[in-house]
Amino acid sequence: MIPATFDYLAPTSVADAIAALEEHGDEAKVLAGGQSLLPILRMRLNAPGVVIDLGKISELQGVTEDGDDLVIGAMTTYFDVLASDAVSTHAALLNKAIATVADPQIRHRGTIGGALVHADPAGDVGAPALALGASFVIAGPGGATRTVAADDFFEDLFQTAVGEGELLTQIRVPKHTGWGAHYEKFVRVSHQWSIVGIAATVRSEGGAIAEARVGLTNMGSTPLRAKAVEEALVGQPATDEAVRAAVAQVADGTNPPSDLNGDSDYRKHLATVLTRRAVLAAAGA
Amino acid sequence: MTITEDRPDTAAPDAEIGKARRRKEDQRLITGRTRWTDNLTVPGMLHLAMVRSPFAHANITSINTDEAKAASGVIDVITGEDIKDVQGVNANAWPITTDQVTPTHLPVAVSRVACAGEIVAVVVARTPAEARDAAELVDVDYEELPAVLDLKEAAADTVIAHPDLGTNKCAFWKLDSAEQGSGGDVEAAIAKARTDGIVIEREYRQQRLIPAFMEPRSVLVDPTGEQMIVWSSTQVPHILRFLIAATMGIPESKIRVIAPDVGGGFGGKLQTTPEEFATIAISRRLGKPCKYTETRSESLLSGHHGRDQWQKLTLSAEKDGTVTGLKVDLLADMGAYVAIVGGGVPVLGAWMFNSIYKFPAYQFNCQTVLTNKTWVDAYRGAGRPEATFAIERIMDELAAELGRDPIEVREQNWITHEEFPFTTVAGMTYDSGNYEAATAKAKELFGYDELRAEQQQRRDSHDPVQLGIGVSTFTEMCGLAPSRILGQLNYGAGGWEHASIRMLATGKVEVLTGSSAHGQGHETAWSQIVADRLGVAFEDVEVLHGDTQIAHRGMDTYGSRSLVVGGEAVVRAADKVIAKAKVFAAHLLEASEDDLEFKAGRFEVKGTDKGLAIGEVALAAFAGHNLPDGAEPSIDADATYDPVNFSFPHGTHLCAMEVDTETGATTMRKYVCVDDIGTIINPLIVEGQIHGGLVQGIAQALWEGAEYDENGTLVTGSFVDYTLPTAADTINYVSDHTVSPSTTNTLGTKGVGEAGTIASTPAVVNAIVDAIRSFGVNDVLMPCTPERVWKAILTGSAKPAEGEREAAPHFDDGAPNQDNPDTSASTQGGAQ
Ligand SMILES: Cc1cc2nc3c(=O)[nH]c(=O)nc-3n(C[C@H](O)[C@H](O)[C@H](O)COP(=O)(O)OP(=O)(O)OC[C@H]3O[C@@H](n4cnc5c(N)ncnc54)[C@H](O)[C@@H]3O)c2cc1C
Repeated sequence: MIPATFDYLAPTSVADAIAALEEHGDEAKVLAGGQSLLPILRMRLNAPGVVIDLGKISELQGVTEDGDDLVIGAMTTYFDVLASDAVSTHAALLNKAIATVADPQIRHRGTIGGALVHADPAGDVGAPALALGASFVIAGPGGATRTVAADDFFEDLFQTAVGEGELLTQIRVPKHTGWGAHYEKFVRVSHQWSIVGIAATVRSEGGAIAEARVGLTNMGSTPLRAKAVEEALVGQPATDEAVRAAVAQVADGTNPPSDLNGDSDYRKHLATVLTRRAVLAAAGA
Repeated sequence: MTITEDRPDTAAPDAEIGKARRRKEDQRLITGRTRWTDNLTVPGMLHLAMVRSPFAHANITSINTDEAKAASGVIDVITGEDIKDVQGVNANAWPITTDQVTPTHLPVAVSRVACAGEIVAVVVARTPAEARDAAELVDVDYEELPAVLDLKEAAADTVIAHPDLGTNKCAFWKLDSAEQGSGGDVEAAIAKARTDGIVIEREYRQQRLIPAFMEPRSVLVDPTGEQMIVWSSTQVPHILRFLIAATMGIPESKIRVIAPDVGGGFGGKLQTTPEEFATIAISRRLGKPCKYTETRSESLLSGHHGRDQWQKLTLSAEKDGTVTGLKVDLLADMGAYVAIVGGGVPVLGAWMFNSIYKFPAYQFNCQTVLTNKTWVDAYRGAGRPEATFAIERIMDELAAELGRDPIEVREQNWITHEEFPFTTVAGMTYDSGNYEAATAKAKELFGYDELRAEQQQRRDSHDPVQLGIGVSTFTEMCGLAPSRILGQLNYGAGGWEHASIRMLATGKVEVLTGSSAHGQGHETAWSQIVADRLGVAFEDVEVLHGDTQIAHRGMDTYGSRSLVVGGEAVVRAADKVIAKAKVFAAHLLEASEDDLEFKAGRFEVKGTDKGLAIGEVALAAFAGHNLPDGAEPSIDADATYDPVNFSFPHGTHLCAMEVDTETGATTMRKYVCVDDIGTIINPLIVEGQIHGGLVQGIAQALWEGAEYDENGTLVTGSFVDYTLPTAADTINYVSDHTVSPSTTNTLGTKGVGEAGTIASTPAVVNAIVDAIRSFGVNDVLMPCTPERVWKAILTGSAKPAEGEREAAPHFDDGAPNQDNPDTSASTQGGAQ
């Protein structure tokens, strides 16, 4: 469990980090919390010549509010996101999902940005970010920044819109103030990645569901958003029967993996049961 | 037998035995500020990295070490060919039959590898990092051979794990009660039951498990000086020393083995390993100290695995539920090689399938089989968990068939407490026990009747969450073992244990024990025993172990033997010290020995206030100024104890599981165990052993399983996929005791190290099956994953498939943001 030798850089600004990336090209790898990258290095699945640690860049850390958006720095740790009142108030879904990630040690090191760029389809942050319609601020060479919508961010297994030489700097989450939220994570042991996870957030009005957002974890090679289910839920009472009917098709068109924890069909079945439970819990039923 | 209803209270109020002392070794073990093998450094020490085979079965056609040898810091790269005459072999110490087919197991493969992870070359470098870097540069060419991975396919001999042996069938071992005169004819019993009784036939799978001890294995060899020193993270320093001498041609007197603090083993460190032998051979070749510490991935892949059996059971009974016979047919996977006690592990089950029951006829057949997977050997319980699982599962099936309460059916068949000592149909004599008392206590603590009522109510209301209750009434044989019996079984050693007591001049006491602890708490428990026996303070006793130069004789730690065998040796050594000291005391007190009484550490002249503490006697012996006639100036003593019999702890475990029928998820609701382990020396240590054991057994039922893909690659090769539970996955267990002191040793103790693991697995699976039996389910394959439970509910299936063989990629190497390292085009000869 000893990584191959690498050089270590710790820039203190995004500009310096980008410059370092430019200089070292595909020899370089960016280090955030290291909770995915370090195992990869230690198992020698990757051997970058240069590791660029983002840990000293303070502009990448913390949660702020900007009008109707929450702005979360890419290097904000899970722990700090969980501790943020702004997140609990305006993006409760994110709070609920992150509370299920791994264990306290990993939540103290791992960052929201690292998790999103790593884009493990079994990771728990992608689906809520997608469901909440987050957008992603990406910095590139020469000080260029661009913003990518959630629907365009996740491209494939372990692949996002963040290209070579680029850094994810911010996650902008539209406020969902007053929305109920629930993340239903299905695992065999407590410290596991999701076998299936369902992120649901619901705005209720007079006992019925006025709006709903549903994201799916590990139901394909990227996090997915169940838009048809979201529409079917609008106007429904938060009852077992009504929600059961509205979410029945949630697994249609998904292509979940088969592995030791369950085959694809089992995951599709799980998604149906768990979506019902997540939506009912989010609606406070 | 007498039953103490409460925790054992020993005679004197300030007695050490029975006191829940915190373990004196814990501070150093928990903080890690101690001598773990990998913490040790000797001057000039070099580091090794292993190059391991990625293939399950292949010929090694060439090994090019040039690039690795030229790499920074590399001293040498050594192949099997280089050391083939001096590397010894990994021995099998228990050929279970005289015609056992036993492939030669070389520490470093020379021409062919028979499982993935076998060592093919060793890099020696100045630092661990340089060794590992260079291991990536060793270029090995393999010619792949067909591999046999499935146990049943292996038994059919179509693909052969070791082509030169011509068969995968390793050995066939049988016990038949009619043939050995310990019972009736099982075939006759089954035939009769087919006409007028009940016959239950079931096939169970004991999945492969990985011991997963906390401290990875590590070995450091210093070949300089008169005695070569081998530090190793091992359970068996004495056996290792013997086997180094026996297979490497080094005189035993030239070898000193030290097991410093060892971080767990669970049987996984009772092996003498290829890594130890390779490190010894290489450090001797170079004349330099060498250290090798495995990575976690290497540990999971190449440390021996456990369990892995198919078990076919045929149980015959009368219509009223009285069992008339049990026939057992086992297929046991040895993996690629027959490990040190490999074949013996399933055979230990021979005396345990009949468990606590009075079956009149019994037959046990065991076929051991070779495959191209990691070798298999003892893992906590070793043979007894497998047996207990199968018998306790099928006793529930009998109860279900009869439509009766599973405890009631067990009671109808078990040995009653008046019947001890009881000789079983397998030929073992059980020393003591009281199954009625343990079961009654467990039922009460569990709230058995209330939970049964709730179960019925959930069933009636079609609750999506069903409740099941699992019963496991187990016994086990522990305290390995009477040497005479081991001799009859063709085992390569005895089962005695040794202890020495040194009485120091200052009144302090050193206890040397041959049973070398690796986390169990011997230092505390032995101190308590000696403090009581000699009447000295607990703090004044020092327990030394694990170094063949200090505790020179021993048979080490496994099979719940330490206390019942090693503890008894300590007691006997202490008694010899007292006997010697008494001669001194009589002389110094000018009294007759008959007038002396030894109490609370003092020799007193009866009816007077004249006396001497044992420490004072020790000082007088040390000074030697005034010796009794003919006495040596020492009251130190040794004892070697060979047990007369095994001891047979037992217990009743009850488990309630909730099953979410919509998802197959299972949740433990309650777990109660009442164990009878005889006299308890330290209740806190016992509690720890039981809790840890329970979690390990529950983990077999629910979470753990070593899985290989169709190429023979271990896909559960990290803790991401080998899903060990953590404290967060467990509930509060209720544990209690009944006490039927063992009649086979002075203190009345039985073993506890394995009890929890042996008993808990069937309790959990029985509970799951009980919860969903109304869906037509009568088995769920272990580990009972939610998927398997859900599919069983869907199909009511009796024969679930084993399912997917792929692990999810969380640290994928092919992904775009994790471009592949630019390793040279070596033929996948990479280090793990
Ligand atoms: C035992 C264990 C259990 C886990 N369980 C879970 C779980 O249950 N659920 C879950 O969701 N996750 C789980 N994880 C993963 C964890 O959440 C990781 O922390 C996360 O996936 C990566 O975040 P990080 O900050 O550690 O990133 P790192 O590991 O440092 O980086 C991950 C990848 O992203 C790149 N990267 C990081 N930041 C940036 C950036 N700003 N711009 C561009 N590229 C960047 C890195 O170069 C690297 O390729 C687990 C991890 C472990 C070790």
